[in-house]
Amino acid sequence: MVHTVKKIITAVVSVVFFLAASIALQRLVVPKYAADLPEGNFTAEYYDETTEHDVLMIGDCEVYENIDPIYLWQRYGITSYIRGNAQQLIWQSYYMLEDTLKYETPKAVVFNVQALKYSEPQREEYNRMALDGMKWSKIKLDAIRASMCKGEKLIDYIFPILRYHSRILELNKDDIRYYAKRKKVANNGYYMRIDVLPVSESDVADTSWLSAYGETEENDENQNLSFAPEEDIIDPWAEIVTEEDDEPENPLPKVDKGEKFSDFSMEYMDKLRILCEENNIKLILIKAPSLAPVWYDSYERQVDEYSEKYGLRYINFYEHLDEILIDYETDTYDGGLHMNRSGADKVSEYLGKILATEYGIGDHRGEPVYDNVYEEKQKFYNDMIQAQQEEINKYGKVISY
Amino acid sequence: MFVSYQFIIFLIILLILYYTIPKKVQWILLLAANFIFYAYADIRYPVFIIVTAAAIYFAAVTMEYCVNKKIGNVKKRKKIIMLTALFIVLGILVCVKYTNFIIRNFNFLLNETGHGKISFVNFIIPLGISFYTFQGISYLLDVYWGKCKAQRNFFKFLLFISFFPQLIQGPISRYNDISKSLYEKHVFNIRQISYGVERILWGYFKKVVIADRIGTAVVALSESPDYYTGVYVMLGMVFYAIQLYADFTGGIDITIGIAQTLGVHLKENFIRPYFSKNTAEYWRRWHISMGTWFRDYVFYPCGTSRAVRKIKSFFKKRFGANAARRVTVYIATITVWLATGIWHGAEWHFVAWGLGNGIILLISEECAPLYRKFHKRFPKLAGNALYNVFQILRTCFLMSCLRLFDTYGSVRVAIKQFIHMFTQFGSSTLSGKELIELGLSFGDYIVILSGVIIMLAVSILGRTGSVREKISKKPYIIRYLVFVGLFFMVLLFGAYGQGYDVSQFIYNQF
Repeated sequence: MVHTVKKIITAVVSVVFFLAASIALQRLVVPKYAADLPEGNFTAEYYDETTEHDVLMIGDCEVYENIDPIYLWQRYGITSYIRGNAQQLIWQSYYMLEDTLKYETPKAVVFNVQALKYSEPQREEYNRMALDGMKWSKIKLDAIRASMCKGEKLIDYIFPILRYHSRILELNKDDIRYYAKRKKVANNGYYMRIDVLPVSESDVADTSWLSAYGETEENDENQNLSFAPEEDIIDPWAEIVTEEDDEPENPLPKVDKGEKFSDFSMEYMDKLRILCEENNIKLILIKAPSLAPVWYDSYERQVDEYSEKYGLRYINFYEHLDEILIDYETDTYDGGLHMNRSGADKVSEYLGKILATEYGIGDHRGEPVYDNVYEEKQKFYNDMIQAQQEEINKYGKVISY
Repeated sequence: MFVSYQFIIFLIILLILYYTIPKKVQWILLLAANFIFYAYADIRYPVFIIVTAAAIYFAAVTMEYCVNKKIGNVKKRKKIIMLTALFIVLGILVCVKYTNFIIRNFNFLLNETGHGKISFVNFIIPLGISFYTFQGISYLLDVYWGKCKAQRNFFKFLLFISFFPQLIQGPISRYNDISKSLYEKHVFNIRQISYGVERILWGYFKKVVIADRIGTAVVALSESPDYYTGVYVMLGMVFYAIQLYADFTGGIDITIGIAQTLGVHLKENFIRPYFSKNTAEYWRRWHISMGTWFRDYVFYPCGTSRAVRKIKSFFKKRFGANAARRVTVYIATITVWLATGIWHGAEWHFVAWGLGNGIILLISEECAPLYRKFHKRFPKLAGNALYNVFQILRTCFLMSCLRLFDTYGSVRVAIKQFIHMFTQFGSSTLSGKELIELGLSFGDYIVILSGVIIMLAVSILGRTGSVREKISKKPYIIRYLVFVGLFFMVLLFGAYGQGYDVSQFIYNQF
């Protein structure tokens, strides 16, 4: 009897030790996304939230780099969170919303429509950054299944050590430093940058294209930069390899040939809309004022038609540049691809007004629960601004964010 | 195929079913597993193995029937039946594996004479066809010679031919060696299972930690022979020797381990070959099942064949008994090595490699009296450790030189590189930068070096008995840590998954 009990205890301890060692090693080798690609931490950060949000924003970098939830709080008292990731595809956004609904039900969902143009998974790296941080559930499983690129395996998502094992030879101090607790990198999902790279000084941008529309950035900086109705868009970044358009297997045409969103994308657009309807959530479609990647008139028309058909609000920030007052010489940190804090705050100001006045999203300032939480968030936010400023002062650029 | 998640899941499911179903149908499950495994690789493959198995099965049963019933000229009938079956199975092998080789060489001749060209054929080459064909032939000849009884149950025979662990790269088992454990009932035995799993893990360690990692550098070195000359040829030889050993023995470890978990005992195929002091010893330790197969089914029959006996008698009359014996050995040896080379692949470099081995073995044989004289003159050398190391290194070097044919896949390039190894040795230097350019990082080199040291240590430990037996006598905590340590080494340091093109086992092409 004693012998049997001893055997059972030995077996249990052996299994527990084996599992513990597996988990510990897995934790060691998974990317920490601290110094490089902080976007990889966005998804997981959401689960640290302690208060609910009235507005949820979902999409790719056009939301998480162009809208500032802390500004929305400071200016309008709106509680919001961005569940966005690098090149987050529409089905990933759908599953992010589904996942979010397990924890809270926002009053409004803001969805950035750029992802509609992608009909199939793009790159494993983006999938991993968006999905690895999700808590395990059937939703995550569905998200993975919908997102896997050719060659990816479900088992690699279930046991990330199988995917990241080779990092054992590339470990750095961040892997130890953020072993137990990952680095906090975002402000309610917002990726903040305070540095400036004007369009005119961008080494990747050809600003002469602006004159194609009869204006230059010098004589009218508020010119509607994009949607020339009778013309095909000549996109100045069409030749630029960015994380968005580096898609050798599925290149987008350089000229608008009346591209249509795929049935697959629209199927998820419908699912997203229906999910919002079922949960009594207002769905707002947006298009950020980023100058790249390409956004064709044909895309615009399809979004217009869809929003009209289902009575959805669609805000294309390009069309309101004169109200938003975006200055591509000061409001972007990468030559017009993404907004810096200044630009994001302008976009947030515009969006916040709509949310507050047209959608009745309430002001939670003065409510102790939120005040306490947002006081801490603002401290983190301000510390980040200060840290980035210090880096700019010291190195002439932001290097750690 | 062994290095895939699907295979591991397949094996786990098989083991669970194998030990839960009634014992008397275990072999049927195993047979079904063989065909699932084989059809998963390609749905058409089973057709080939069934045809080969059927030809051999009916030949064996018919031969035995002739013997038992004493029908007509039994010897002659048996021979006709055996040769017919041999013609069919070798015909299939030659057709699928060597037709394009023959056409290519024929086209070369036609081109030389200004004639047109013959189009290549697009046959599929069934996985492991060389292995299962040779295994079938060994059974056929054993039945023909009366060394074993014919298996009356076709499906049981099919199980012997198609046993999936050895389909990939052998070993080439004999019917008498494995049939009993293949068909008997097996009870769940935790010791047997853990031994098997340990062996599988050890195989994976060699395959994915060492062989697949160093393979990147081997490819880089062999793909640019004009750039990597001199000392890099030697480096390539060393790297390929490590890769081939780790890959092949790793694969065999996995094979034997899987068989062991199923209660099937397979013979060892390697006994520390890189510790051999001469080439003959090396070939008695390397790919043993292949070596003994050629010895038993080619060398001896060739040496005792009527044609060779005639030649022997011709030489005996003219040059004496000693010369006649030599001629017999020469013919048999060259035939064996020519066949061995061709068996490895339908390429001239394999033929050159085979002939090279045969010639070196014959030279060694001829030099044997000289060695004996030398050792008589310096008797202390035999027990001298340094001399032993010299002999081991010399053998390794010789074998590695011959492997240049395989490394470069071209007779011309291999010979050129062999010459460059000596003539341009000083023209290139080994630097850290150059080593990194071979596609391996500093970390990769550390992993490879550590892996080779572990492999060497296990080999040295194995000289005095089974390493697993030794480990099994240690306290539980030691055994557990060895097991878990091995698992995590494979898991973390293995070159597998996305980012690695997990190479197939080198030997499954043969």
